[in-house]
Amino acid sequence: MFPASFAYVAARSVEEALELMVKHGEEGKLLAGGHSLIPAMKLRLQSPRTLIDLGTVPGLRGVRVDGDHLVIGALTVHTDVASSELVRKHLLGLADATSVIGDIQVRNRGTIGGSVAHADPAADLPVILTALNASFTVQSLSGSRSIAVDDFFTDFFTTAMNSDEILTEIHVPIPATGTGSAYAKLPHPASGYVVVSAGALIARQASGSCTAARVAIGGLGTGPLRAVATELELQGKPLTPQIIAAAAAKAAEETEPVEDSYAGVEYKCHVATVYARKAIEAAVERVKS
Amino acid sequence: MTTEHEPNGLIGASLKRVEDPPLITGKGCYVDDINLPGMLHLAFQRSPYPHAKILSIDVGKAKTMPGVEAVITGNDISEKLNLSSSQVLPKMKIPPHPVLARGAVHCVGAPVAAVVAKTRAQAEDAANSIDVEYEALPGVSNAEAALEPGAPLAREEIDGNICYTMVKNGGDVDKAFAIADHIFTMHIASPRQVALAMEPRGIVASPDPFGKNLTLWLSTQGPHRARAEIANTLGFPEHKIHLIAPDVGGGFGSKGPVYREDIVACHLALKLRKPIKWVATRSEDFITTIQGRDQAMTSEMALRKDGKILGLKVKVVANLGAYLHSSTAGPPQRMLGMACGSYQIKDCRVEIVAVFTNTCPTGPYRGAGRPESVLNIERLLDKAAAVLGMDRLEIRRKNFIQPDQFPYTTGTGVEYDSGDYEKPLREALKMSNYDDLLRQRDERRKRGELVGVGFSTFVEPSGGAGFESGTVRVERTGEITVLTGSSSHGQGHETSWAQIAAELMKTSMDHVTILHGDTHVSQQGTGTFGSRSAVVGGGALAIAAERVIEKGKRIAAHLVEAAPEDLVQSDGGFAVKGVPDKTISWRQIAGAAYSGRVPEGMEIGLQETAFFDPKREAWGFGTHVALVSIDRDTGKFTIERLVLVDDCGVVINPMIVEGQIHGGVAQGLGEAMREQMLYSDDGQVQTGTFMNYAIMRAADMPPMILGETITPNPFNPLGVKGVGECGTNGAPPSVANALMDALAPLGIEHVDMPYTAPKLWALIRNAERKN
Repeated sequence: MFPASFAYVAARSVEEALELMVKHGEEGKLLAGGHSLIPAMKLRLQSPRTLIDLGTVPGLRGVRVDGDHLVIGALTVHTDVASSELVRKHLLGLADATSVIGDIQVRNRGTIGGSVAHADPAADLPVILTALNASFTVQSLSGSRSIAVDDFFTDFFTTAMNSDEILTEIHVPIPATGTGSAYAKLPHPASGYVVVSAGALIARQASGSCTAARVAIGGLGTGPLRAVATELELQGKPLTPQIIAAAAAKAAEETEPVEDSYAGVEYKCHVATVYARKAIEAAVERVKS
Repeated sequence: MTTEHEPNGLIGASLKRVEDPPLITGKGCYVDDINLPGMLHLAFQRSPYPHAKILSIDVGKAKTMPGVEAVITGNDISEKLNLSSSQVLPKMKIPPHPVLARGAVHCVGAPVAAVVAKTRAQAEDAANSIDVEYEALPGVSNAEAALEPGAPLAREEIDGNICYTMVKNGGDVDKAFAIADHIFTMHIASPRQVALAMEPRGIVASPDPFGKNLTLWLSTQGPHRARAEIANTLGFPEHKIHLIAPDVGGGFGSKGPVYREDIVACHLALKLRKPIKWVATRSEDFITTIQGRDQAMTSEMALRKDGKILGLKVKVVANLGAYLHSSTAGPPQRMLGMACGSYQIKDCRVEIVAVFTNTCPTGPYRGAGRPESVLNIERLLDKAAAVLGMDRLEIRRKNFIQPDQFPYTTGTGVEYDSGDYEKPLREALKMSNYDDLLRQRDERRKRGELVGVGFSTFVEPSGGAGFESGTVRVERTGEITVLTGSSSHGQGHETSWAQIAAELMKTSMDHVTILHGDTHVSQQGTGTFGSRSAVVGGGALAIAAERVIEKGKRIAAHLVEAAPEDLVQSDGGFAVKGVPDKTISWRQIAGAAYSGRVPEGMEIGLQETAFFDPKREAWGFGTHVALVSIDRDTGKFTIERLVLVDDCGVVINPMIVEGQIHGGVAQGLGEAMREQMLYSDDGQVQTGTFMNYAIMRAADMPPMILGETITPNPFNPLGVKGVGECGTNGAPPSVANALMDALAPLGIEHVDMPYTAPKLWALIRNAERKN
């Protein structure tokens, strides 16, 4: 519970942080909210020689509208995302997820960008951001680029970012009228992390049938998974409880979850269908209101 | 001495704890708050293997690191630095428990090397740099598996994995089984729990400059016993050790024994002649502090068709872990006394097989064998009712030990001192609207819900393990100082003891000071564990107070030139009978006592000490009722209602008693619902952090409805019985019986704790597939 000795540098700009990353190479580590990194260091699972603090970099916090997107600064803490008027107006699913991460202390310090870049397979944000079809702006000394969420989470704790890139912004499309989103989670009784979770973005016509659906599942793979079979099953159909249940029942198809000391494979697959249904039902409910 | 007290007196008053303001505002003083000039810090390199031979230890780098003052391994110290266990049985096997591993390690976390440095960080870094080469050996973590032929040897020094076996026969159990109408068996495995006191273990050891005296601050439940154990292990004179237990942040049994780190700290402090501090990290505390439960019980019960229990056989396989602490061998033996629960069962056999495994040592944990015993007998009673098609209440009432049978000697030869089990049962049924609960259950079942009602009626022995001491001193000012051998680690002694002393002495609580937790302040003591403080420590205090009152009365009589018989106690001292205005205060009496104005032949001073050993345990009892439901979709288990009626005799402070029940229930429900320390088959730790070990949190607690009946205990001065463990004893079996009631319609007969959602879901799904 005592980290190995390390040096600390506070960056004043993204550019300076990028230069520091180049300078320290593999021995440097970016520090955002620190709520995954610091515990890992205290357990000596990680022992970076230098921490490059992004907390002092201006301009990376807050939520704003940019055309048809909400743009969330990477250093925005979960509490600020959850309580943002813009998020509550357009992306209730994201408000759901940021309200159930860890505990109050974690939500007050942990950041959206930190969580996304850490890519913990049991984290909440990758799942809801997949359902919401987010994209990520990453910056390096040679410029910036955007990565779509479906291409972003590549493996356990691994993303499509290069080691010389910093995640600066999360872009989320503002859903059209007639669309609802929701996130539902079965937390691990000890850690509060995801055993299984589901995020849903559902568009519904006035007639009541589904025009678009994105459903993502957490806890069954190396990262968030699109429940493609579920999405297809909903497409064009009336959103009745029976149709939703039938679609949700396919949420774990073609997944290969791993047994752990708490839950087995069959249980995880089953509760994935339960939580997919809960998330879809809640998203549909929000279309009405 | 009397068991009665005036209504509205201090004994029985629900008062806020006087010790709380500093504790809840961060102003307490725990071991880690002790900082001495020149103090050094200790850290350990520990085994990552459950069982391994140590091939080499390279401390070369550690010795050269900044701030490092000493690095030692097991080879650098005498093999006499070895923790001992009491020889419970002549044939009990006691393998070595060296304070630093010698040649081999037998569980994860066993200390292999120790580093002393100027700062904690330096000590940790240096300890981390020590390179140990191991050769992994086969290990075993499950006690029943360890008894299988060909199982790995947990301790290569001894043949087989058995530490001891013990059998107790009562009556003629074979005959009882021969004439029985029904015989059934049951197997229950209780999950292993981690004690997880809020304050991890810790010690500061400070020798005098010549190494002749040693002052220790230790987070302990029993300063005097810990001092004796440390003195014996070090070979250091006990009376030259001044042991202080400052504020202690919980123990639950785990801070009874002395640990390896304590001895290493003392040894190095004496060697270096410098103060040394060691405080466990949470990670260290998780894997090195004695853990609880982990007993597997196989029982057979013989029944007559009218519901009379004829006989009982219980075999306990107890997991002791890899090493024996002074208290490790104890908990399984509780089954010897409690196997028959609240019931008349004279023909019985109880067998204990205590087993070594490659896991953290076990030992007393809130209940210490009681919860396992109650769980076993209460599940058996429910199953007996099912076997006979009898009502669960009726079979209990038919077999209860009756009030006129006390003192009652059980089949295993243990004496229950007093009891009236029908009383709390009746109260709990009333408070829970039991009949209505059953109606609700039946209605909801018709709608397809999984709902169950269950209860447990239980006994709770308290106040054992010998004497406790108390001194009552009237100061010159007339204020009262109490020295008690029973130290508090969260029980609220400073409040309860002041209530007792102030009530008996007819003075204000503000005028009473309670001193405890210091071997140089209080005479001798045994410690705080096994729900014993109020019974034994409270009893000693009451006896000492009565002696002081008696002496004070004679001095007062002398002062007013009256006969002692003519005086009565009045507010703040004594008054002359019939002349209430003629009073003599404790201040006046003390003034006389210390200036020699005492009756001829009387010794001056006003202080009395009592050592009290009740010589028999006080057997509390109660009934807990639970209503539970299970969500078919996810297996999520919910306790919807929990009614807890306890009879702990005379209540000193109802608020403290309620707090004890709340805390016990939280730990009991942790066992029932969430908590389990898991090891791989060979002993690798799987749940060594709060990330995967699901301790109960405040938000996880169900609503609790508390009730009481009061049957004063006839065998101690205050009429009290212990209450600290009733939550872990009674609540889990009531929940277990309710859960099994909920699952009964599916034909499910048994599932072991904890009742986690994945486990219940799988069980339900398999049952539904079968049906």
